Amino acid sequence: MPLRDLSKEELYLPGSAACAGCGDGIALRIALKALGKDTIFTVPACCTSVIESSYPNTSFGIPVMNIAFAASAACASGIRAGLRRQGKETQVVVWAGDGATYDIGVASLSGAWERETDFLYICYNNQMYSNTGIQRSGATPFGAWTTTTWKGKEESEKDMIAIAMAHRLPYIATATIGYPEDLHRKVQKAKSIPGPKYIEILSPCPPGWRYDMSKTVEMSKLSIATGVWALLEVEEGNITFNGRSKAILEGKIKPKPVEDWLSEQGRFAHLFKPKRDEERINKFKEIVDQKWQRYREGKL
Amino acid sequence: MKLVMDTANHIAGEAAKAARAEVVAAYPITPQTTVVEYIQKLISNGEFDADFICVESEHSAMAATIGASATGVRTFTATSSHGLLYMHEMLHWAALARLPIVMVNINRTIGPGWNIWADHQDSMAQRDTGWLQFHCGSNQEVFDTVIQSYKIAEAEEIQLPIMVNFDAFILSHTSMPVSIPDQPVIDKFLPKRKPVWKLDSSDPLTHGNIIPPDPYLEIRKSMQESQDKARDLIRTTAEEWKKLTGFWHGGTVEEYRVEDADLVVLAMGTLGSEAKVAVDRLRKERIKAGVFRIRSFRPFPIDEIKKLSEETKLVVVDKALSFGGEGVLYSEVKSALYGRKNEIFGWIAGLGGKDVSWQDLVQMVKAVKDGKAKPVNWQKGGKGAITGFI
Repeated sequence: MPLRDLSKEELYLPGSAACAGCGDGIALRIALKALGKDTIFTVPACCTSVIESSYPNTSFGIPVMNIAFAASAACASGIRAGLRRQGKETQVVVWAGDGATYDIGVASLSGAWERETDFLYICYNNQMYSNTGIQRSGATPFGAWTTTTWKGKEESEKDMIAIAMAHRLPYIATATIGYPEDLHRKVQKAKSIPGPKYIEILSPCPPGWRYDMSKTVEMSKLSIATGVWALLEVEEGNITFNGRSKAILEGKIKPKPVEDWLSEQGRFAHLFKPKRDEERINKFKEIVDQKWQRYREGKL
Repeated sequence: MKLVMDTANHIAGEAAKAARAEVVAAYPITPQTTVVEYIQKLISNGEFDADFICVESEHSAMAATIGASATGVRTFTATSSHGLLYMHEMLHWAALARLPIVMVNINRTIGPGWNIWADHQDSMAQRDTGWLQFHCGSNQEVFDTVIQSYKIAEAEEIQLPIMVNFDAFILSHTSMPVSIPDQPVIDKFLPKRKPVWKLDSSDPLTHGNIIPPDPYLEIRKSMQESQDKARDLIRTTAEEWKKLTGFWHGGTVEEYRVEDADLVVLAMGTLGSEAKVAVDRLRKERIKAGVFRIRSFRPFPIDEIKKLSEETKLVVVDKALSFGGEGVLYSEVKSALYGRKNEIFGWIAGLGGKDVSWQDLVQMVKAVKDGKAKPVNWQKGGKGAITGFI
């Protein structure tokens, strides 16, 4: 569906407390257009719990249940059961950051997936604990500066999509805010499928990634163009690629050099200044190359 | 009315069914497991119409219960010991979200070393979570208290969760006769829950977002006011239940032979029941003793304790300890009687399930009577049911 045809109804209300240029704000606006009014959010501690603004105000036109950091997927199981008892088919959606998803909440998420709760879990991934002031998470990429990795993270991120696949979910997808039509389509599709669904949205973060707040959409698109992030869907275990990522996979276009993505972000500045750190830049490239090699073999 | 012979764990499951709980979320832990098993069996037989969520931890058990309760339905869960501790964060969440959840906690001690027997360290460590906390002394009381708890928790002026406690194995796995009133009697006493707030897409609200200090303080104050209001409601609800069923276990406390007592034993759970046996023995020896069995630890029955004469000597027996402080109940009683002349003696006893028999309690009372007790005393370890003091 082209952008101009998306619902005109705004369920992510104006006046939110998001930072200027927040990727999550864009993700919320587009996803809520696809989800519609008959939706309940449960939100763990994350940027969104700030973005939703302070009592007695709210940034949401749908019901929102805030819940403790590790607890959102379990809370969703409870909400679904309570609604089922009342014969309501409202969409139950967890909206969580990568810290809640990859780290502290992964056990409760795995539990909700295993017991096949009918809900959509959306992780907006800004690759760090942004809300608490930029600390390393399980989603932080190799080499990135954070306030807990002052010289750059020494490990690579974990593969949350593979973890989701290990639960054999009926629908898994990745998206990013630079491609809102793709995001909208995926949320709509997830909405139509019963059972547990997982969508992960790469959401660039100006204060965390250290780039100018006007460049969030560019950063998102650059993540796809360089192959650092890929747009894909997993249905019944089959992986398909979308948009530019599909063209990269099929060799129709060459990905841009990863340095284009790295060098735009202050969090990787130490890889280039005071002098170029060939070893770590090459390691970063290798991680991305290996990922695409697995993609070409039909694996994650 | 149906008379059954069963364990407190099964009776707790019967009570959840009789209360028409709609969503149950729980995780197994000894000695709570037979509650979970029994409810699952009732549901799969079609005898209990509820959705059971098999969660992967107690933290999630309470999170799922919170989620379900927030949609407006009646919820139930059960746990014990480390399970209760693992829930701790979510216990606060449930109370602060003003959700009238009812949970059974089977009092079991804390490791290491591993030990599955009864003491009160688990529930006492949840003192400040905002939950109302009741302690039972018999299987009949477990049934009656679970039903009454829903009525109290769901009252518009309360809207707080309630933890119904009973002792591991001493009640959880011990069969006792229990009378279960007919369902129409229970339905009349406990109508369908009317939620004060709920998650409903036709009337959206954001619950629990960032709150500035001023309204935060006011909202927390309203929780304390609800706890205070619960004191009367606990008594009147128990009186209403007595009218309907004939069963009475006391209001916030069960008083036993206290009218003319010079010495009163204060204890909770089955220890309070055991104390009645001790008091009967002491009375035979013309020692005027009585029992104050604390049924409601939160809210704490301050006014009832203050009704005791200033001449009464109090023997507080704790199955839990605030390390570096003193017995938890002992502190509470002293605080309630601040500024009064009562002599108050404390015993730390029964930790890790060490038996505290009526003989032990008789000795404690006699030690106070004979002026041999210190302000704080410890039950001695070692062999045998009858134990001395340090």
